[in-house]
Amino acid sequence: MILESMGVVVRYPGAADDALGGVSFTLRAGEIVSVVGPNGGGKSTLLRALLGAQSLRAGTVRLMDRDITTWSRAEVAQQVGVVVQQEEPAPGLRVTEAVLFGRYARLSPLASPSAADHAAVHRALERADVVHLRDRFVTQLSGGEWQRVRLARALAQEPRALVLDEPTSALDVRHEMELFELVAALRADGLGCLVITHRLNLAARYADRLVLLHRGRVVAEGTPTSVLVRQRLSEVFEWPVAVTTWCDGAPQVVPLRPGEEPQSSAHPRPQAPESK
Amino acid sequence: MKPGAPVLLSVAVIGAVIVGLQSGATWLAPSDVIAALADPMAPGAAIVRGLRLPRVLLAFLVGGSLAVTGAALQALVRNPLADPYLLGISGGAGLGAVIAMALGSGGVFAVPLAAFAGALIAVGLVYRLSAVGGRPLDTNVLLLAGVVIGAFTGAVMSGILAVSDASQLRSAVNWLMGGFGSAGWSTVGAFTAYAVLPLAVLWSTGRALDLLTLGDEPAMHLGADVERTKRIAYFCASLLTAASVAACGIVGFVGLVVPHAIRRIATPLHRELLPMAFMAGGAFLVLADALARTVVRPIELPVGVVTALVGVPVFAVLLRKTLR
Repeated sequence: MILESMGVVVRYPGAADDALGGVSFTLRAGEIVSVVGPNGGGKSTLLRALLGAQSLRAGTVRLMDRDITTWSRAEVAQQVGVVVQQEEPAPGLRVTEAVLFGRYARLSPLASPSAADHAAVHRALERADVVHLRDRFVTQLSGGEWQRVRLARALAQEPRALVLDEPTSALDVRHEMELFELVAALRADGLGCLVITHRLNLAARYADRLVLLHRGRVVAEGTPTSVLVRQRLSEVFEWPVAVTTWCDGAPQVVPLRPGEEPQSSAHPRPQAPESK
Repeated sequence: MKPGAPVLLSVAVIGAVIVGLQSGATWLAPSDVIAALADPMAPGAAIVRGLRLPRVLLAFLVGGSLAVTGAALQALVRNPLADPYLLGISGGAGLGAVIAMALGSGGVFAVPLAAFAGALIAVGLVYRLSAVGGRPLDTNVLLLAGVVIGAFTGAVMSGILAVSDASQLRSAVNWLMGGFGSAGWSTVGAFTAYAVLPLAVLWSTGRALDLLTLGDEPAMHLGADVERTKRIAYFCASLLTAASVAACGIVGFVGLVVPHAIRRIATPLHRELLPMAFMAGGAFLVLADALARTVVRPIELPVGVVTALVGVPVFAVLLRKTLR
């Protein structure tokens, strides 16, 4: 077990309700877990709690079977790489330098980066397919390139787990798919991947498990098919949806327009890929 | 980093020091300066070694310290406009020093201590003002709070000076305008004693400062202890600002222009940026002081006037290049 929370309760100062009302969660090696749910449902708070960046009212979070509060920030960074939702590229920084920041948690204050550190940076650049960008300034990158460079930086931490918060919210279809394919490849490498996303349909196709978070509570957890159920989604997102099935078996969610009948569109035949 | 940058900087430092030692009431040739440094019996040796060397050294150390302080603050605040003056730290230090002088407890060590107390109080107030309700610090609010505290300390300083007697007033005003006229070996020693430790500590937090320029959240996830780094860096910045203000009054623009220039020309990584900013800031202030002494001889301009006259156009050019 890489990350595990039990009965986590978080309440922000001055708030009337709990932001998280007793959330239990697990992330194992070699799996993709996707946390989904409406805005304000507690996804970001759960992420902060799991990373030890949020004080808890109740419950515990354990990283590698040790209470997260006993870990230093540098120790956590050696186990978990995080790509946060938004980060402005810092001016003057080149891609290699930015990815080397992923090694800082492993360097003592006075030591210089070793050959091993530079090798790890190179591996990370290769894995994220950004070697060709290595000498560019980070401010010159496109949105998709910057996202991959940040992923490379997280990989340079050589973590056991990867946490991605809305990794594709600013990406077009190609870059979005490339990123999810990369995450799938990293799972095959044995990393535990936690992806917070609004892209239900991609989560359904890539994640091993989904966690549906609503008003600070886990409404449903399990395989995409067991979590993405029409009635439940319509209630949680407060919008009627239909759920269909793609040919690989993954459920796909289609929001309905006013007046459309969920029954009539519940089982449309998916357009099969053209076969030659 | 561009490979030639440290070499160029070293040449600039040596050149600035030689020009600084040449300049003054009597102009010395470079060969005279070198002869005086090599031989205590040489013709210009008394002037060069006794008067100009401590002055040049102090200007170098103060300029370097202010540039390092500015570089660290810019990383902490994530804003290239941050410097000890905008954040109100210099104002706090100046007020502390003025109070110590008005109470008649001047001295090489008492004034810096009072300035340090003032700087710390200013940092604390700026922090409190900008962190209402325990929310994380907002950079813009922080800068605004710094400006407010700076205005307040300026008003109190003016008030104290207005009720001081004439002789106290003149010495305090001379000191406030900034200058190295009274620099001697004891000032150099006192300044070094105050500055060495915070400079070393800031350099050792260089990597954490790199991470902080990304923002608090990414920095934390890359292993930086964000709050601890900020506390340490603000503390060191306060010490360095206080030592500088106590040594030569309020000198602006070194902390703003120099780190900005080095960031653009050489490197944004603080383990290299901080030493280079120290050298460049030192050379810059030595040259500014040489200009201040010679440009309207025999009158000495306050060095702060020169740094502003040079610093503002340089800053404007840099700003335009940044925007382009």
